[in-house]
Amino acid sequence: MSGVPREFGRLLRAEWTKFRTVRGWTAAAIAAALVTVGLGLFSAAGSHSSCGTGPVEVACPPPPTAPTGEAVNDKFYFVHRTLTGDGAITVRLTSMTGRIRKPDVKPGERNLVAGVVPWAKAGVMIKESTRQGAPYAAVMMTGEHGVRMQHDFTRDVAGRHRDVSERSPLWLRLTRSGGTLTGYESADGRTWTRIGTASPAGLPRSVRIGMFATSPGDLTVTRADLGGTVAAERFTETTGEFDQVTVVGTAPGGWRHDDIGVTIGPDGAPHHPGRAVRSGGAFAVTGVGDIGPATEGMRAEAPLAGAPAGLVLVIVVAVLFVTAEYRHGLIRTTLLAAPRRGRALAAKALTAGLATFAVALPAATAAFVLGGRILRANGNAVLPVPPLTQVRVVVGIAVLFALAAVLALALGALLRRGVAAVITAIAAIVVPHIVATTSVLPESAAGWLLTVTPAAAFAVQQSVPEYPQMLGHYSPLAGFYPLPPLAGLGVLAGYAALALGLAALRLRRADA
Amino acid sequence: MAEIIEVGGLRKRFGTAMALDGMAFTVRPGLVTGLVGPNGAGKSTTMRVILGLDAPDEGRALIGGRPYASLREPLRHVGALLDAGALQPGRTARNHLLWLARSQGLPARRVDEVLDQVGMRPAARRRAGGLSLGMRQRLGIAAALLGDPPVLILDEPVNGLDPEGIVWMRRLLRSLAGEGRAVLLSSHLMRELEGTADQLVVVGRGRVIADTGVTELIAAASRGRVTLRTPEPAAAAAALGRAGAAARPDDHGALAVTGLPAERIVAALTAAAVPFSEVAAYRATLEQAYMDLTGDAVEYRGAAR
Repeated sequence: MSGVPREFGRLLRAEWTKFRTVRGWTAAAIAAALVTVGLGLFSAAGSHSSCGTGPVEVACPPPPTAPTGEAVNDKFYFVHRTLTGDGAITVRLTSMTGRIRKPDVKPGERNLVAGVVPWAKAGVMIKESTRQGAPYAAVMMTGEHGVRMQHDFTRDVAGRHRDVSERSPLWLRLTRSGGTLTGYESADGRTWTRIGTASPAGLPRSVRIGMFATSPGDLTVTRADLGGTVAAERFTETTGEFDQVTVVGTAPGGWRHDDIGVTIGPDGAPHHPGRAVRSGGAFAVTGVGDIGPATEGMRAEAPLAGAPAGLVLVIVVAVLFVTAEYRHGLIRTTLLAAPRRGRALAAKALTAGLATFAVALPAATAAFVLGGRILRANGNAVLPVPPLTQVRVVVGIAVLFALAAVLALALGALLRRGVAAVITAIAAIVVPHIVATTSVLPESAAGWLLTVTPAAAFAVQQSVPEYPQMLGHYSPLAGFYPLPPLAGLGVLAGYAALALGLAALRLRRADA
Repeated sequence: MAEIIEVGGLRKRFGTAMALDGMAFTVRPGLVTGLVGPNGAGKSTTMRVILGLDAPDEGRALIGGRPYASLREPLRHVGALLDAGALQPGRTARNHLLWLARSQGLPARRVDEVLDQVGMRPAARRRAGGLSLGMRQRLGIAAALLGDPPVLILDEPVNGLDPEGIVWMRRLLRSLAGEGRAVLLSSHLMRELEGTADQLVVVGRGRVIADTGVTELIAAASRGRVTLRTPEPAAAAAALGRAGAAARPDDHGALAVTGLPAERIVAALTAAAVPFSEVAAYRATLEQAYMDLTGDAVEYRGAAR
């Protein structure tokens, strides 16, 4: 049976010889790479940002990053002390209240209403230090998502309790034993339920232990005139009231107060500060901000903006690679050399896919790496992306190009008309992405397009994931795709396989 | 090297038209077999069925006992030229042959060999779009010869060739058959096959009208005819009539005499003192033989004007 792979290898070589010996095709394939890189770098070069402190413009500070490399939000009010070695903190949370700023009714008059946003947080925390981005674990009550245990910004485990009030207070406990932190919850302070454990990397012997509160901005998404959406965030704060606070272990010294990550306004005063009020053994801690992954900001994949234009050229070449044979009658010669028609088509499709991949991979790499450098040189704070994710984005785009070439070729073989196949392929792959990521469609329609059309594959370039524990405007417009990266590629691969199957069927059935 | 083409009971319908209606013949090695008939008689369709491009409704076509589609490295078994214009205009002649060679695992050296064989070495690096029709025919022949196949199938190979090219093609086909290959070529013009074909398969309306050797066909068409040139045709005709022969004027101002061998005709004319300038055994042209054969095939006359 070694004859079949050898025979297929020969067909591949034959198709590759066909491809490389038509100058217009190789030129267009290289042009696709140049367009992808050129447009990407052009868009990167046009993107500048700077941050002002008063009248002086300076480069924006990089966002804090987690130990795992992601950009994070790390802003909260912290009442804490030193814990050396093993130990624990136990508190009783008696209430969680807050204020939300709504759109002003009278101009210039702040319209604050009572309320707690869904992901407001109040609870206990052990953190390596007060540095933003330092490893931590925390047990908390949230506005609408009940008790959670979270650590290191991206990890989140749900507890059992849903509510807290003075009549039904909630007990929270966080213990340290070596490198392991364990969270508990209790309704009465006697019967405890374990929520989960965490082992933050590199936790030193002495850590900070205490109570915290924070509250992310209130997100409102409204429909824009054209059918897109406008997202707005408004100030909120939340206050957790703690009593029965006990710290076990070596925790000398008193309580210290820190407004972690607070921004300082142009007048030198903190902007929207948090606070803590102590009366006897009770603490009321008020915080503004959030602890979690940062999902807003300049994306590392922004310099891949030229990909759709490059893709159009790739589609044209892939379609011509097969329709030219029909146009010139060469398909009969091809079938004389390879009478097993399905194999002949498969060799052609694989050649188109591999040739496209070979061109697209360096193009995507160059656009991503050079474009990223230009963005950072222009003062943009690009959201950092772990190395493996960077590889997935770049290789994924090259795979998207290759699969798009296979789909386009299959459509060419199916329709046997160059213009019709090019239009169909562009309408299936490129147009839905453009329509869905510009502000012309309602979000649900955009999400639907990026789920059911081959354009779903663009999900592979999303470098920042969507986090359920972060309230965000997760729309295609903001670079969030409805499908996971590989599932998106899978949709495109499915379409390519289907079209190729139908084309093979037509090729086998009909007289050539 | 010896492989034969066997075509048996082929039927194929395109819509309401019966393209093949029981087509059956055999092509033997060492011979040039001409498939001749008017346009629309089914020559090209038969060839495409043999080559696995078209599927017949009934019947089968085998090469060396196997259907084309089951051949491994098919170009090493069968070389075919169907449409010399089927070329990618932007690809050079050499690269056209190169991809074909790659598909069969043939070395690039073989490409240069066949380019030499058809005299296209100087045009090897010219793009196919700029080649003359004659050049394309030569390139098509080169492609057919690439795999050094024992069987060649050529659809109207002399179409578009200049007289020099026709002579070249004739010589090439003769030598290919001389090497023991089975050569099948089609034509709608019988005179193109004269001096080339050994065997004729005459087709009309999708079936075989005659399957015969060229020598026998001409002999049959010539049998018993003598051409007589005389200044007194009426006297000659009367004298020959008395001797038991029939004489009719032919197309060239001479008399065509049947019913007597040449020496008896000379004797009869001499006895009657009728002068004559020439008495010669008549040799029919292939075209005339073909006309005799298909005298009632209206279809042919309509198409071959």
